[in-house]
Amino acid sequence: MLASIGQFLLILSLCTAAVLMLVPMTGYFKNNDSLMRAGRPLAYVLFLLVLTSFLILVALFVTQDFSVTYVWKHSSLELPLRYRITATWGAHEGSVLMWVTVQALWIAAVARYSRSLSLSQISRVLSVLGIIATGFLAFVLFASNPFEITNPAPLDGRDLNPLLQDFGMIIHPPLLYFGYVGMSVAFSLAVAALIGGQIDEKWIRWSRRWTNIAWAFLTVGIILGSWWAYYELGWGGWWFWDPVENASFLPWLAGTALIHVQAVSERKNAFRGWTVLLAIIAFSLCILGTFLVRSGSITSVHSFAADPFRGIFILILLAIYAGGALTLYALRVNQLRSKDTINLNSKETLLLANSLIFITATFTILLGTIFPMIFEAMGKKISVGSPYFGLMLFLLMIPMAVLLPLGAQLKWHKDNVLTAIKSLIPHFFIAAVLTVIAFYVFDTLNLRATAGIFGGFWIASTSVAQVVKFPGKPNAGFIGMTVAHLGVAVFLFGMSMTEHKDVEKDILLKPGQSTMLAGYEFTFNGVKQVKVENYQAQQGSITVKQNGNQLVELHPQKRFYPKQQQPMTEADIYPGFTKDIYVSLGEQINKQGDWAVRIYIKPFIRWMWFGGLMMMAGAVIALFSKRNKRQEHQQVDQVMKARLGLS
Amino acid sequence: MTPTRKKRLLLILMVAMGVSIAVAIFLTAFKENIMFFKSPTEVVANDFPDNRSFRLGGMVKEDSLTRIPDSLKVQFIVTDFAADVRVEYEGILPDLFREGQGVVTIGKMTPNSLFVAEEVLAKHDENYMPPEAAGALQEAKEKMKGAE
Repeated sequence: MLASIGQFLLILSLCTAAVLMLVPMTGYFKNNDSLMRAGRPLAYVLFLLVLTSFLILVALFVTQDFSVTYVWKHSSLELPLRYRITATWGAHEGSVLMWVTVQALWIAAVARYSRSLSLSQISRVLSVLGIIATGFLAFVLFASNPFEITNPAPLDGRDLNPLLQDFGMIIHPPLLYFGYVGMSVAFSLAVAALIGGQIDEKWIRWSRRWTNIAWAFLTVGIILGSWWAYYELGWGGWWFWDPVENASFLPWLAGTALIHVQAVSERKNAFRGWTVLLAIIAFSLCILGTFLVRSGSITSVHSFAADPFRGIFILILLAIYAGGALTLYALRVNQLRSKDTINLNSKETLLLANSLIFITATFTILLGTIFPMIFEAMGKKISVGSPYFGLMLFLLMIPMAVLLPLGAQLKWHKDNVLTAIKSLIPHFFIAAVLTVIAFYVFDTLNLRATAGIFGGFWIASTSVAQVVKFPGKPNAGFIGMTVAHLGVAVFLFGMSMTEHKDVEKDILLKPGQSTMLAGYEFTFNGVKQVKVENYQAQQGSITVKQNGNQLVELHPQKRFYPKQQQPMTEADIYPGFTKDIYVSLGEQINKQGDWAVRIYIKPFIRWMWFGGLMMMAGAVIALFSKRNKRQEHQQVDQVMKARLGLS
Repeated sequence: MTPTRKKRLLLILMVAMGVSIAVAIFLTAFKENIMFFKSPTEVVANDFPDNRSFRLGGMVKEDSLTRIPDSLKVQFIVTDFAADVRVEYEGILPDLFREGQGVVTIGKMTPNSLFVAEEVLAKHDENYMPPEAAGALQEAKEKMKGAE
């Protein structure tokens, strides 16, 4: 019953989205104010409809309604309440519904917080967002309907994949989706502007804030994903260059290029075409990411569902959106010619360089990700190893790290590059000295680690100096930039240390046996059976000692979920400011209770995630820029004046 | 040539040089890290890259897993039901590694026709088989049918 209501609401949502796609746009072309005014209320109605149907799906999980196919496939009577709720987005159908729900939320937010846009602008934007919503709602209804009914209903469900029964699963997908789908706003603004044929700075300023928010969500979503993979998959890695990870990293790279170029195009009539193109690329990569995750066409730890029809459906959507937007771009690009000239010796040039570096990185990683698919189509099976991605990104991030302080240092419009470089030279030496110290403190580092750490010190030192030297009271934009750049430094340091100074040991341990690793003594005290909630576990006990003093007792588990007949490794971690101690159980080797045990020491791994959080914080802080607010007030005044003038 | 033209030409030359260096690096890195997938039938027929890693996938043969005592070394056979390859691996096997189920291993072939794996990947849930391994099994099945 409830399921039918949910289904009905979805159909209503699809109709509403279709109306939203057509009506305000028609109003724009016919110059009909009342049609254009329909955009905002339609956006709110759409959001309410989609949200209600999403909440109905949650309710179906909470009440264990196994007559719904999606519910019995991914839940069971024993599943604890918190995971019943999160199971809603634990598999394909529900996660696509969440995609659409989040998008509807963004549409409603755009409708609500767009006072500074004129009616003709907002109506175009909402219509373009409506096009996207229509496509994905059609995808939900026709290719992945979560409300499908099974008759007769099974007595019990098949349970949620144990990997997803975890706290990380509660927050990682929603936040990542907020970022992913948020890019659709930047895309819609770009397309709407192309339809209108002109982009002014308030347009870009407005879109910049939305891009910043989406980018911040995307950043924190990726970090959470990395953290989750680290402790949940039991392999101790934080990034695997898995196609699905790349799927989230690609829009992030393109988004990073976008927010930097927007800084120029909002100030000057330059790079506007490039800004628009980057917005189109970023969102197209989000759809491509959805395709990679949802089609199951690539070997990946995330491919839980494999269905070619779904893959083709998303590819068609991608072709329509990206193809349509790019065609429009090609038609209108002449009208977007820069009017202001750019001086080579200025911040603008460096920001352009930044976007070129990031977009090159985007395409290098894109190639490595989709190349196996192209080969597959030709009948050859290959895969691209992770060293490729690591090496390419390392090489591309060298110019990024070298140029970053220069870009931050140079003034807008016109500056002297030589003077700027001269003022940075002392920091080169500071960074060099710090790197040498680190080299000895951490007992030799390899080339890549040395380069990474040097980059970190170099960025940190120059960023701090710019804060100290900043004339007057720093504005939010400057603080945001500095925090984000310091985040890059912290990330580089943490990443270099984790990647190149971690120690790992796979070892066979008898009960009572000890082993040494990096100055720590690990004693295996055996394994006992425990029963928790909906699983049983063999729980090991490992005492960690340093210089004879007990540091901590770790309890890694080998869990067994009877419903899915599936074992799962749950690592136990002793987190620390400078290092994590990570222990997980392999398997029982013989009847005497000997176990294969994996031990890791991961130096500074938390710094990496903390650096990412700083980047996110920087993007959020920049939203509170007074300069933005002042200009927005002026914009609102102008729009109001125009409206009064008309009536 | 006017000074502006000279400047422009220089710029174009520099960009061209940068691009070609980037492409060269890209191609080398790509070539180094491309990994081929081979089925046991292909490996037995000596169709595999020498001295470099490749992926071998198929089914773990029933009752083929043996352990070398007091170590983490294991040996098992990967089969596509048409041919078998013996695989050795030292380390912790993934949770879902089981006899009679799909597996993909990454490693090198040694002269005594033993495949030494550096990495073993097993499927990630009950409904999921590595697509490559599934494909290899399918192909072998079809070949066997054709032979009959």
